Amino acid sequence: MTATKPFQPPVGPVPLFAGVLRSEARKLGTVRSTFWILLAAIGFNVVTAALLGLLLPGHLSADQKATIDSVRVSLGGLHLSQVAVGLLGVLAVTSEYGSGMIRATLAAVPQRRLLLTAKALVLTATVAATGIAACLAAYLVFQAFLPAGDAMRTTLTDPGVLRAVTGAGLYLTVLGLLGFGLGTVLRSSAGAVAALFGVLFVPTLLVALLPSSWQDTIGPYLPMNAGDAIYIVRPEAHTLQPWTGFGVFCLYAAAALAAGFVLISRRDA
Amino acid sequence: MIEATGLTKRYGATVAVDDLSFTVPSGQVTGFLGPNGAGKSTTMRLILGLDAPDSGAVTVGGRPYATYRRPLFQAGALLEAKACHGGRSARNHLLCLALSNGISRARVDEVLDLTGLAGAARRRAGGFSLGMSQRLGIAAALLGDPPVLMLDEPVNGLDPEGVVWIRTLLRTLAAEGRTVLLSSHLMSEMAMTADRLVVIGRGRLIAEATMADFLAAGPGGSVTVRSPQARALAALLTARGATVTRQDADTLAVAGTTPEAIGELARADGLTLTGLTAHQATLEDRYMELTRDSADYRAAATRNGDRR
Repeated sequence: MTATKPFQPPVGPVPLFAGVLRSEARKLGTVRSTFWILLAAIGFNVVTAALLGLLLPGHLSADQKATIDSVRVSLGGLHLSQVAVGLLGVLAVTSEYGSGMIRATLAAVPQRRLLLTAKALVLTATVAATGIAACLAAYLVFQAFLPAGDAMRTTLTDPGVLRAVTGAGLYLTVLGLLGFGLGTVLRSSAGAVAALFGVLFVPTLLVALLPSSWQDTIGPYLPMNAGDAIYIVRPEAHTLQPWTGFGVFCLYAAAALAAGFVLISRRDA
Repeated sequence: MIEATGLTKRYGATVAVDDLSFTVPSGQVTGFLGPNGAGKSTTMRLILGLDAPDSGAVTVGGRPYATYRRPLFQAGALLEAKACHGGRSARNHLLCLALSNGISRARVDEVLDLTGLAGAARRRAGGFSLGMSQRLGIAAALLGDPPVLMLDEPVNGLDPEGVVWIRTLLRTLAAEGRTVLLSSHLMSEMAMTADRLVVIGRGRLIAEATMADFLAAGPGGSVTVRSPQARALAALLTARGATVTRQDADTLAVAGTTPEAIGELARADGLTLTGLTAHQATLEDRYMELTRDSADYRAAATRNGDRR
């Protein structure tokens, strides 16, 4: 029997966390679904905005145009793109469980919370960049399709407009993180997607069954209603202030993420 | 070196690994044997810190695996061949793992070459055959050029050339002083590759020994003798305490002695031998004998069949 090869401590060219970040960025960037989902998110936003910009001016009265929240309208594609982004967040983690890759990943990076942090950061950066760009594009396309002098025209420097447009991108980002948190907890793509859309849509439906005074009290705090507040320029009754609503929405995502962070270190892979 | 002490792991009511202690020394290939469901894969997951034991501990190179930063430099493992995202290319799959441990791209290309995957590096791993997936898994295990390697059923799905390749590779790695833990159900392959054996059944240790000791501890082999004077030879051998079974007019099966002793005896008495063949007990015989009572999943037909 020969002697064991002397142990040589690896000289890492990069700090551990930077390496894990690079690894996670490459993971997200080297599966086709990422590309298609982000393309779909942009496409939904821009195409919806174009159609609305094209069709809406002819359908609305001058009164309606003066009162409508045209910025929110231009972001109508969010109803579809949020589905795409939620799916991306879920898949960012469940695809590893589905394929069994997670065991190779955790054997390479046993520091599970550090791994999850890196994954979340990569997802955040990706969705924030794409989401904000997609919302900005939707806003600009909508404006470009409006006839000159239309009452629905706004500019990014009008009060609340820039906040609403970039905020919509942030809403998508936090939604992605909510999906990511649920994916980490449930470890199954189908289960996490179902849970995500359950969390978003079901409470709204259930609250509609309650007396209206309850609806007004609870309604604004439901995940999707709270999240919507950030891109509302002309608030209606019973909506939260933009950043308050966004903060509440962040709390839902934070709860899912926190559960994920607790569970990932406790459970067997 | 891998050292397990008192490892116990339960999944609900099932005890997958039961107070298991063993050592995998460096410089040798240690075969890890056991029937399906014996707890081999669970043990490997415990070694890598993927699952947490209910009690007991296991160290790799003196420390729990999960306490290493950049553990790919400490140990490489192949657990499941298909455990990679099918949409990623082989190279990207390896690169994802490599980047997390600060391993260079050059090393990724090196292990692709080493495992014969260089030509398929840009193909989607999802389209790989089982054999190619095994190679990809082995490539991943080799990324950090680690002193410890752990491979679960690596020859599954490999073609004959691949089987020889992995045998040679593992022998070479062990000769370099590395620790190699290898599980396989192919006994003939294991007999050619492993120096030591750890055998478990129902989560418990059944045997831990060198291959030679493991084989020698069994009931031993037999010798087939052919002689025109078979009857006389049989009487002679029986008188010396050997067990002789007459197979036909000229042929005897002899247990409890060696070919050398038979040859010497024949020469002394002037008997002619026309054939003398030693049959060593095979690893498969010994393995079957030891694990007969601890196989969880066995076909009904062989349960009643006389396996001797």
